[in-house]
Amino acid sequence: MSGVAQPNLGQVLSGLLQALLGWAPVRAAQGRLKDWGVTGRMAVTAVPYLWLLVFFLVPFFIVLKISFSSVEIAMPPFAPLIQWADDKVMLIRLNLGNYQFLWEDELYSSALLNSLKMAGVSTTLALLVGYPMAYGIARSSREWRNILLMLVMLPFWTSFLLRVYAWIGLLGINSPINQMLLALGLIDEPVSLLQTDWAVYIGIVYSYLPFMVLPLYTAIEKLDGTLLEAAADLGCRPTRTFFSITLPLTKEGIVAGCMLVFIPATGEFVIPALLGGPDSLMIGRVLWEEFFNNRDWPVASAVAILLLLLLVGPIMLYQRVQQAAGGAHR
Amino acid sequence: MNQRRSFFVLTAMAFGFAFLYIPILSMVVYSFNNSKLVTVWDAAHSPTIKWYVALLGDTQVLEAARLSLKIAAMNATGAVILGTLAGLALARFGRFKGRTLLTGLTTAPMVMPEVITGLAMLLLFVAMQSVVGWPEGRGVTTITIAHITFSMAYVTVVIQSRLLTLDESLEEAAMDLGARPAKVFFVITLPIIFPAILSGWLLAFTLSWDDLVITSFVSGPGSTTLPQLIFSKVRLGVNPSINALATVMVLLVAVCIVFAGIWMQRQEKKRQRDAQLALAANQEGV
Repeated sequence: MSGVAQPNLGQVLSGLLQALLGWAPVRAAQGRLKDWGVTGRMAVTAVPYLWLLVFFLVPFFIVLKISFSSVEIAMPPFAPLIQWADDKVMLIRLNLGNYQFLWEDELYSSALLNSLKMAGVSTTLALLVGYPMAYGIARSSREWRNILLMLVMLPFWTSFLLRVYAWIGLLGINSPINQMLLALGLIDEPVSLLQTDWAVYIGIVYSYLPFMVLPLYTAIEKLDGTLLEAAADLGCRPTRTFFSITLPLTKEGIVAGCMLVFIPATGEFVIPALLGGPDSLMIGRVLWEEFFNNRDWPVASAVAILLLLLLVGPIMLYQRVQQAAGGAHR
Repeated sequence: MNQRRSFFVLTAMAFGFAFLYIPILSMVVYSFNNSKLVTVWDAAHSPTIKWYVALLGDTQVLEAARLSLKIAAMNATGAVILGTLAGLALARFGRFKGRTLLTGLTTAPMVMPEVITGLAMLLLFVAMQSVVGWPEGRGVTTITIAHITFSMAYVTVVIQSRLLTLDESLEEAAMDLGARPAKVFFVITLPIIFPAILSGWLLAFTLSWDDLVITSFVSGPGSTTLPQLIFSKVRLGVNPSINALATVMVLLVAVCIVFAGIWMQRQEKKRQRDAQLALAANQEGV
């Protein structure tokens, strides 16, 4: 019975934390907080809350502020928005020039539209590849299901950058795929997909596939099998059953999966930078270049604000679906 | 329902898994290639381990890996503490004031494009430095703070969903017996959700270890992480020693995952055995 007496790591941690809780200075601090009317619940909520407010919410207001500033050769390279003249008069100089610049230069609008197109096509492709996979996993036996889910997750744990890098070799002119196709006589001369839009689609679908499969799997797994049996008993053909029962009932999973691919793909930088051509501009890459190459922080901020405005709709949609799923869970 | 997988679904699954694994396998195979041209297999002199030997002698890579490990470990620990608190608040405190905002703040970092998060964090650090004088310059501290902020969101989701599936009756029983909430958490809840905390830690570690975009915005001179180094090398062209590095990383991850899986399964079995023993003791009237 040695296994029973052995404390596990969790119990050790729990014991250590309890000891800390009993330590006199901690007790005193607890008492003082209680005197001020701070309950334990408030303290537990406040710590992550404050962290996210300071390090996640506030920065967006700073980005907004700097997008109205003008560029200067200094460190940091932008002019202050608020200045004090004669120590009394506060001057606020709102510079709308950055947004005007983005509006007038076609580079930005075409990059924005191109990003939406690339993300849209990739999301559709990921859904087409991911749905049958998720369906197959959900319909497997219990042991197989866990193994297959693990296999979907495993690439996610290995470096994203290196997985994108792997495609440089696979899509190039000397790639093993090309050699195989040549040997089979399917193509006459080697084709390089590298630096084309297709390379970017493949890269995005490949990198974000787990994010598509997992919500789809959750939705399909919850689906009541008796409904499908009833449809089959009543003589409904499988294709029709799929389109009139399975698809509508897994709508939430589809929306969640698509948003989890579409939103990050729109602002993607690494994949177009490594696999895409110089003419297929995506907005994430434009922002990166404005910031790192041109050192134009105000224009980079304005690009970020535009991208954010574009994605507010999809982000809200995703959060609604998430909350609905969380509510059903309770 | 097992038999209802048609030929189409099976083919699609095979295609999907091949798609996921062929690139990784190709990196592993070509890491043993003798040729400097990454995609041309030099059958006469392969397999070779010369790229692994070169990797071991590359102090730049080793130094970057050490820095990345340090940041990832600090990040994971911070993210687990904050994420557990947030998950606890969202799963157990009902409808408190500001809950909607907290939910939004914990899901937004997961979907936000990294270029936006990175730029926003950098501008915050610059503003903070000029207003309060901290953090001084940019480097390990700013990278760690930025990583904690986006990875704690993932930990929150893991902890929250674990707590939601957990039977609350144990906690309620302890509460009824007069245990204070903090004690209930440390004695009852924490040991039960410990596997979830561990997987949250590993997830946060991986996210940080892997991050390029946010790190590039908030890092300073002299703090080059491994992804930054890999990116600069890859941009100059394909390089066989990167294949060797990738193989080492894939192998490490696979070993960690397998061990974590075995450990969790053993924990689960032990818990079931303990529960059975407790039941048996109860029936004997002890």
